[in-house]
Amino acid sequence: MSTSSDSTPFAVRDCALISLADGIKAQTLREFRTALDKVPAGSIDHHFWGRLLRPQFDEPEYNNDFASWAYHALHDKPLAERLSMVVPTDFDDLEGLRQELIEVIEERLDESEFVPWARADQQFHFLQAQIVVFDTGLRFANPAELCPYLTQLSTGSIYYHFIDARSRTPERSDDFSTWLPAFGEEYAPLVRALSALDPYFSSLKELRQNLVRIFSACCEEVES
Amino acid sequence: MSRLSDEHLQQLLDDYTAVAGREVIQHLRQLAATLKGAKVVHVNSTREGGGVAEILHKLIPLKQALGIDAQWEVINGQAGFYQCTKGFHNALQGVPVNLPEALLREYERTNAENAETLRSALHDADFVFIHDPQPAALIQHFPEHRGKWIWRFHIDASRPYRPVWKYLRQFVTGYDASIFSMPEFAQPLPHPQYIIAPSIDPLTDKNRELPPHEIEAVRQKFNLDPELPMILQVSRYDRFKDPIGVIEAYRLASRQTPMQLVLAGGGASDDPEGDAVLSEVRQAAKDDPNIHVLLLPSDAHLTINALQRAADIVLQKSLREGFGLTVSEAMWKGRPVIGGDTGGIRLQVIDHYTGFLVRTPEGAALRIRYLLHRRDLLHEMGERARRFVWENYLITRHLREYLTLMLALVNGSQDRIEVGM
Repeated sequence: MSTSSDSTPFAVRDCALISLADGIKAQTLREFRTALDKVPAGSIDHHFWGRLLRPQFDEPEYNNDFASWAYHALHDKPLAERLSMVVPTDFDDLEGLRQELIEVIEERLDESEFVPWARADQQFHFLQAQIVVFDTGLRFANPAELCPYLTQLSTGSIYYHFIDARSRTPERSDDFSTWLPAFGEEYAPLVRALSALDPYFSSLKELRQNLVRIFSACCEEVES
Repeated sequence: MSRLSDEHLQQLLDDYTAVAGREVIQHLRQLAATLKGAKVVHVNSTREGGGVAEILHKLIPLKQALGIDAQWEVINGQAGFYQCTKGFHNALQGVPVNLPEALLREYERTNAENAETLRSALHDADFVFIHDPQPAALIQHFPEHRGKWIWRFHIDASRPYRPVWKYLRQFVTGYDASIFSMPEFAQPLPHPQYIIAPSIDPLTDKNRELPPHEIEAVRQKFNLDPELPMILQVSRYDRFKDPIGVIEAYRLASRQTPMQLVLAGGGASDDPEGDAVLSEVRQAAKDDPNIHVLLLPSDAHLTINALQRAADIVLQKSLREGFGLTVSEAMWKGRPVIGGDTGGIRLQVIDHYTGFLVRTPEGAALRIRYLLHRRDLLHEMGERARRFVWENYLITRHLREYLTLMLALVNGSQDRIEVGM
């Protein structure tokens, strides 16, 4: 196995989210469209990704809060389906994602004979989150050392290193993929496998299982 | 509340590790590390009865076990004070209640007196959590408070009766943050409004595993028929819990399917209306031998546990509900819940997955009959309900969010807070 003497160890961090009410709400689709223009970008991010760390049923019909609301409160299934296929990893930044959401809603407003509305007790309430990040103190010098520990990574750590990393790293990539190239070409297949892992359709526990599976397969190959 | 020995506190964390998992407890330890020694005071208005007291009974020792200097104080008042705060409770859930000036003055006087009693504890605290409207006015008497003051509001205030909210708002605006159980309950305020759902404690007498003979003993004690399907609602005798609607649902459902209904509730010491509602419920139950209206003492936790385990289906047909701990309690025991489509019940009952959400007695009756005829689905939903509570509504998640909030408050208002790095 090749190792890189100048590579830095992988520092395992963990995080916890706390949700805050934005104080912005919408009862009709038009109000929702207007609100989307003015909510902080962090709020849009939270309604796509933050839900992974919030209490939620782990087999949701739709995988972002906007699509769920369109279905359950507006009873607009076509809109729910379209919003559900707005995949945040397809966009370079949150502003691009915001514009796409607005496009989808404008299109739906154009084709609707009346403005879809929700009951007063089913309004959409925009949330955002504060994230508290802390160092677990765990360090792994190379992928072979990290691999057996992956099963014990908390869901907070999975979120931090796999989801949150995409918004804070210049490469817009997960932390593992940023770290692995220092260990040589033999880990290139692992980086490719990680990039093919779509976090949008998984719970954090499923993501952890997938990470364990592809890390284990690659590490075995390298060792052999 | 006396502090447990260090040995007991350590044992407490070990006990939770067995239920919630090592990863969860390790996460709590790491979050709490930078809060070690912080002085935290929780204040509410009753030591027994009601969900807030139940949560604090375990939240305080858990915080202590993590190295936080946590304590719990209770304010005291006379009958007029509780009459006023019950009026707040009703008004904040949307009932038009005009509170006489004399009651409001009694509320303010009681808070002033309690502020003096608690002065040293609250003045020195790093964090003060004030639960619900009863002690909300305490903050007026600490204009230069040192620590962070947080108002924790537990009820469904999505559409409050505005004059009463306007009165309370003058006190609430002075806090550094507030906490609501759902975003729908949040009100415009000049400080951050955090969203934290309540939780249940899996290790208390109310929720721990029970051997079959203890369940049978409770069945016998209340003359419940072991051969008849049993539906149950556990809650205070309060109109917002709609006990009369539950009796209507039972009557509709039992026309074709014989069954028994148990309404089990106690009073909270800060609820002066319970007796009147109980009397209405007894009147509605009349002489039906299959309706059992039980008035239980506030410490009848084992009895409630046994009743929930003896039940086939649990109802929580509330008309307004901040959260409804009894929903998660029943789900934790693998029972599907038929709940009112309102407030915090929606967080717990995922319609058609962990139970059913209903708006009318007819809706409740339909779902009762459906589940009693589809035992396979009843058990499947019950299993999903238990797992859902395990993942989301145990006290360990609640504690994690409190710790996160405390770290967020001491580190300012930025989106990202890095601690110990």
